[in-house]
Amino acid sequence: MMFKISWRNVWRHKTRSLIVILAIAVGVWAGIFILGFYMGIMDQRIQDVIKTEVSHVQIHHKLFTQNYHPKFQIKNSRSILEDLNHDARVKRASGRNVSMVMIASANASSGVKLIGVNPDDESQVTVIKDKVLEGVYGFQNSNSIIVSRKLCDKLKLKLGSKVVVTMQSKSNELTADAFRVSGIYKTSNTKYDEATAFVQDEKLQTLLECDDYHEIAILLNSNDDLDPFTTYLSGKLPDKSVESWKDLVPGMRYMVETADQSLGIIMWIILLALVFGIINTMLMAVLERIREIGMLVAIGMSKIRVFFMIVLETVMLVSVGAPIGMLLGYIFITYFGSHGIDLSIVSEGMEEFGYATIVYPTLDFSSYIKVATQLVVLAIVSSIYPAWRTLQLKAIDAIRKI
Amino acid sequence: MKNVIETKNLCKTYEGVIPIHAVNDVDLQIQDDEFTAIVGPSGSGKSTLLNLIGGLDHPTSGEVIVNGHDLSEFSESKLIDYRLYHIGFVFQAYNLIPVLTVRENIEFIMMLQKRKKEDIKNRIHELLEEVDLLDKINKRPSELSGGQQQRVAVARALATKPEFVLADEPTANLDSKSASNLLDTMERLNKEESITFIFSTHDQRVIDRARRVVTLEDGKIISDVQK
Ligand SMILES: Nc1ncnc2c1ncn2[C@@H]1O[C@H](COP(=O)(O)OP(=O)(O)OP(=O)(O)O)[C@@H](O)[C@H]1O
Ligand SMILES: [Mg+2]
Repeated sequence: MMFKISWRNVWRHKTRSLIVILAIAVGVWAGIFILGFYMGIMDQRIQDVIKTEVSHVQIHHKLFTQNYHPKFQIKNSRSILEDLNHDARVKRASGRNVSMVMIASANASSGVKLIGVNPDDESQVTVIKDKVLEGVYGFQNSNSIIVSRKLCDKLKLKLGSKVVVTMQSKSNELTADAFRVSGIYKTSNTKYDEATAFVQDEKLQTLLECDDYHEIAILLNSNDDLDPFTTYLSGKLPDKSVESWKDLVPGMRYMVETADQSLGIIMWIILLALVFGIINTMLMAVLERIREIGMLVAIGMSKIRVFFMIVLETVMLVSVGAPIGMLLGYIFITYFGSHGIDLSIVSEGMEEFGYATIVYPTLDFSSYIKVATQLVVLAIVSSIYPAWRTLQLKAIDAIRKI
Repeated sequence: MKNVIETKNLCKTYEGVIPIHAVNDVDLQIQDDEFTAIVGPSGSGKSTLLNLIGGLDHPTSGEVIVNGHDLSEFSESKLIDYRLYHIGFVFQAYNLIPVLTVRENIEFIMMLQKRKKEDIKNRIHELLEEVDLLDKINKRPSELSGGQQQRVAVARALATKPEFVLADEPTANLDSKSASNLLDTMERLNKEESITFIFSTHDQRVIDRARRVVTLEDGKIISDVQK
């Protein structure tokens, strides 16, 4: 009976209730969509960073990343690689030689990180191979080099152009060699592109006078293995530095953590706005029913029941609007999650910062649960005040007005 | 005959620049099965007196004794129970919950009393038959005339099997035909269900139907006539 009364009271002023319900639905929908959109951007960025730049886990000599001196090689890197590639959790591990070099064309020069790779291994760890626009990902001969579109523009290079690469060898000798551009790639991160070029691993080892790798990049089969695997590996290789992408790109980890917080705040702000809207509507609904409520108390309806009736009415308003909003949000996220939202028109330059221009929103189940919980809190919070105001009502005063 | 209601030196004063003695030293005994009108000019204290008897208002001094119990000793929640189980109310307007049908309005108050489903169903039919509105059982109040609404209110007031019914100007918003119709109904219920009715009015035709007329002026009883 109480449910019946509350439910019918909700629909007493159809337009007014519909407006509030619509506001709740739109608010929730927008909130969920913002969450999904943001999560989509971040997820993509993380996947991008993992797949094109850092992979899941990297092994180095403990001192290597301090100054990239070629002498800090990973001892026994080949047997470590062999082991890793037999580990079930590892999709593929790839050995790399890394050197900070000066690359010069006939027109200009630039400092880049030159990475020596074995294309067969590397193409299974990173997706650079798929990002090659011209030429091939591979080295026709030992003097082939793969550079980015960005670097080509900067140094005025094209396929087949000759560049001279200068670097410091293990014995601190300055060495130089000439390479020909055999492939041009482009990732979504311009900063990375500008500073990264690839040559054959053996060639770079010769130039650097090294026989081991400087870096082992590991791609795992599942993201979930990341933390346990990193712990496992650092235990197994105590004298090496074993780091996951979270350590390798600390900014990214920070971004994930702060995004969680700021998204939470955005959601609460939306909900707070809704709370005021709902309270306002419910106060209106209560005040215009003063006589009726006074009559109910007069004939013997207890205050607890009156309180409960108003709370129920508010909760019903929310519980009509909120699921609609959640459903809309879910539909939008699912649709755009597979079709993507093209931002290239509105956000030129986003690529500069390594963000993709097509966003695929995504939201995990637990976030929906979180939003639903917040909505329950919203419903209760916004019902308390109008219900409490109803209790302040004196039956005698209301009756007098009859 | 036993006293259902008894007031002793009942006073209600509204403080102000000039204090208003809305009810001034009223001694009144109401007995079983009475059909009593409280009359008097506007502002004479009729509503105030009924509200005091109904436990809706607190006296400034004096006592309201119902079936031997002093109302001033009741807590707020006990007063609500007292109203729910012992009194039927009929107001001038806004008697019914607009979102409920006639049946549900009567059902509602009996559910507050936690009566049994079967009991409720039978009583609703019985009452609507008595007020001659069985055909309107599934209508909302807005679909009824003012007189029909007041008759539903009387049925609702009786649904709880109260000891007496307090009706503050129940006919004030009705045309004379509806008013006499309502009075017929009240009279019949008074006889058949032997329910005590106390109603205020300043309508002469209604006064004529009462068996006892208590006249107030400036909060005092100036005459009390049994017919
Ligand atoms: N809350 C209040 N504060 C101050 N004075 C009040 C209050 N309620 C009633 N009064 C005064 O008490 C007196 C009696 O009022 P009451 O409503 O009982 O009269 P009544 O006989 O019912 O009049 P009517 O026929 O107009 O309904 C009036 O003078 C009224 O102005
Ligand atoms: Mg009055």
